[in-house]
Amino acid sequence: MHIHRFEKIWIGLSLFLIAVCTGIVIYGFVALDLKVPGIADSGTIDPMNLAETEFAQPGVRKVGENEYEVYMVARQFLFLPGTGRPLTLPAGAEVTFHVTSPDVLHGIHVSGTNLNTMVIPGQVATFKTVFPEARTYGMICHEYCGPAHHTMEGLIEIVPPSEFDETTLLTSR
Amino acid sequence: MTFVDNYPKATRVVKASFIVAFIALAIGGLFGTIQALHRTNIFRGFVSSVEYYTVLTGHGVLLALVFTTFFIVGLYQWGVSRSLDREPENMRFTWSWFWIMTIGTVLTTIAIVGGLVPGSSISAAVLYTFYPPLQGHPLFYIGAALLIIGSWMAGADWFRSYLVWRKDHPDDKIPLLTYMTLFTMLLWYICTIGVALEVVVLLIPWSLGFVTNIDPLLPRTLFWFFGHAVVYFWLLPAYFVWYTILPKLSGGRLFSDSLARVAFLLFLLLSTPIGYHHQYADPGISIGFKFWALVGTLIILLPSLMTAFTVISSMEHGARQRGGKGYFAWMGALPWNDPAFVGVALAGIMFAAGGFSGMINASLNINMLVHNTAWVPGHFHLTVGTATALTFMAITYWILPQLTGRTLKYKKLALAQPYTWFLGMTLMSNALHRAGLAGIPRRTAEPEYAGFAFEAPFGTIAEMKWQIAIGGVILFVSLVMFLAVIVRSWVGGERVPNPVDDYIPPPLSGSEHSPAILDNMKLWVGLAIILVLFAYTFPLAEMVMDGLFSPGAPPSPV
Ligand code: HEM
Ligand SMILES: [Cu+2]
Ligand SMILES: [Cu+2]
Repeated sequence: MHIHRFEKIWIGLSLFLIAVCTGIVIYGFVALDLKVPGIADSGTIDPMNLAETEFAQPGVRKVGENEYEVYMVARQFLFLPGTGRPLTLPAGAEVTFHVTSPDVLHGIHVSGTNLNTMVIPGQVATFKTVFPEARTYGMICHEYCGPAHHTMEGLIEIVPPSEFDETTLLTSR
Repeated sequence: MTFVDNYPKATRVVKASFIVAFIALAIGGLFGTIQALHRTNIFRGFVSSVEYYTVLTGHGVLLALVFTTFFIVGLYQWGVSRSLDREPENMRFTWSWFWIMTIGTVLTTIAIVGGLVPGSSISAAVLYTFYPPLQGHPLFYIGAALLIIGSWMAGADWFRSYLVWRKDHPDDKIPLLTYMTLFTMLLWYICTIGVALEVVVLLIPWSLGFVTNIDPLLPRTLFWFFGHAVVYFWLLPAYFVWYTILPKLSGGRLFSDSLARVAFLLFLLLSTPIGYHHQYADPGISIGFKFWALVGTLIILLPSLMTAFTVISSMEHGARQRGGKGYFAWMGALPWNDPAFVGVALAGIMFAAGGFSGMINASLNINMLVHNTAWVPGHFHLTVGTATALTFMAITYWILPQLTGRTLKYKKLALAQPYTWFLGMTLMSNALHRAGLAGIPRRTAEPEYAGFAFEAPFGTIAEMKWQIAIGGVILFVSLVMFLAVIVRSWVGGERVPNPVDDYIPPPLSGSEHSPAILDNMKLWVGLAIILVLFAYTFPLAEMVMDGLFSPGAPPSPV
């Protein structure tokens, strides 16, 4: 098989490009802590029986000095918490989200950020983040979930740690 | 003497396939323009925001599944008959695949369009990805299964022709057009196993009510087992045109026969195992497997980059044959007045742009910025919506005269059509990409929210809306131009013995230089299956082990 010299150079450059892209992703993973959802430690759950899981009472729990966990249920056509009343969190805290759905597929995208995950009945989407500054973020459902999909939205309100009202927290674990 | 005179029987089935393809293109394109106007809130009078999802289902199914598949079977039948110099072996069998595909299409379309008929109990606003627990009418799934089964039979038909040809040509290399057809179909057989299992084992029994609950992740994973490779099923027929016909249209010949074969077999090997890259944002799939999909996805850039090289160098060769000179000035010597050439060349340029946004999509963690935003339709309207669709439209200007024995009419309109498509798509696609960066989601009737507004990193939201809407209308105009040319030429072209120059010159480096191993289908299929097993066995086993239908969620009819 005859390969033209220019084509050999081209293939070499292509392989280099592929290596660079892989490198960028790994760098993002390791150095910048840019992660994607994976398998949750809790494994699968029964979407028809969320009452018997951590999701029975959606809301925010404090788990450490400056660490919080959010248990969120996304369902046709709202986020609990988030829709109606904003999900409120202190700036600078380490927040772990756990999200699931009792009905159909949904998605969450916190607009303007890379907080983006699918929400799948039976699975728990888990992701960690820090919201550095006090401001309000919009949150939308980005996977078609039925006739009123386009109304499914919520808000995340990040407040200065001093103004964070701890009485809104859930206590039970 | 042209194709219709040599292969009158094959011609009829090619024409029939093209007719279905173009009807789907017309309806699907109309739906697309309605979406572009509705989403941007420029005009919301065609449908309600609830019906929007029925329209969107129609758009995805009719264009991405029906238009593509029917055009492809027509194009490949043309390629196989021509390169093996054979009519189909048994016309009854040939017509039976055509009709099974067509009946399937009609059933699925009825299920979808039922959603627009007031008072109808039939609907299937499940979108073309039909993720359960959203549940459509059973006809939707049954029709989809028939469409796939018919396409399998079409592939079997071509393999049969090939085997008969092989008896008379024991030592020849597989003719390139047939090689590309068979390798595309091998890829298709492997990847459609996923969607066939999904539809037949899980969704049809469930939509008929034999089981109530369904595990959403398993069918979604089976869908994407199919869903990435399907993009190569759309793309490889465009590559078939770019490798074998475009060099001729440019006035030259293909650079290298063997590298064309290498590109196709790389696609066969790599397309299916990387389906997870559509599930980067899914919980329930381990990051390790996502990583493997990332690497595979980036490697599959290689055959596309190789294609870019061959296409450009073949065009340059053609241009120089036509008297072109200089480093870049040779481009001016290309036949910019030939609608088929112009359409295919513009499709190739847009594909390069689509390739760049695709690299962002592929990059696992960077993808989280754009996953399920308008960026994604921005991307694939450059790839399937232009690289594939515009190539198909343009090459019709060259193939149709071979099927009808009549010349092309409205040549000026035909020449303007690809430029118009290019313009409309430039407007719509760049704005969709940027809207995605602003966080505006895809698949939504009303991307306006009560509680907050999107902030655009590049440009303004208002300007993007107008570009999407105007681009969508221009695309529709381009589509009408295409249909006008085709209908007029089909019925009104002049009958002449040689309505188009259909000779394809041999490659500069021909199949005599291509190593025999490239033609060893058993070897490549075996390797492809091993790679698929490697990628999918473990995750699928994990999902199936806790029960086929559990963790189960109840159906949600739409
Ligand atoms: C007249 C030309 C076209 C226009 C104006 C158009 C417009 C659009 C728009 C605005 C969307 C996004 C809708 C949303 O996410 O809410 C869309 C989605 C889509 N388009 Fe097109 N399009 C056109 C042609 C095509 C072609 C030729 C193809 C493929 C061959 C195609 C395939 C798709 C697919 C697969 C989707 C995604 C559907 C989904 O998300 O379920 N489109 N189109
Ligand atoms: Cu939704
Ligand atoms: Cu893909």
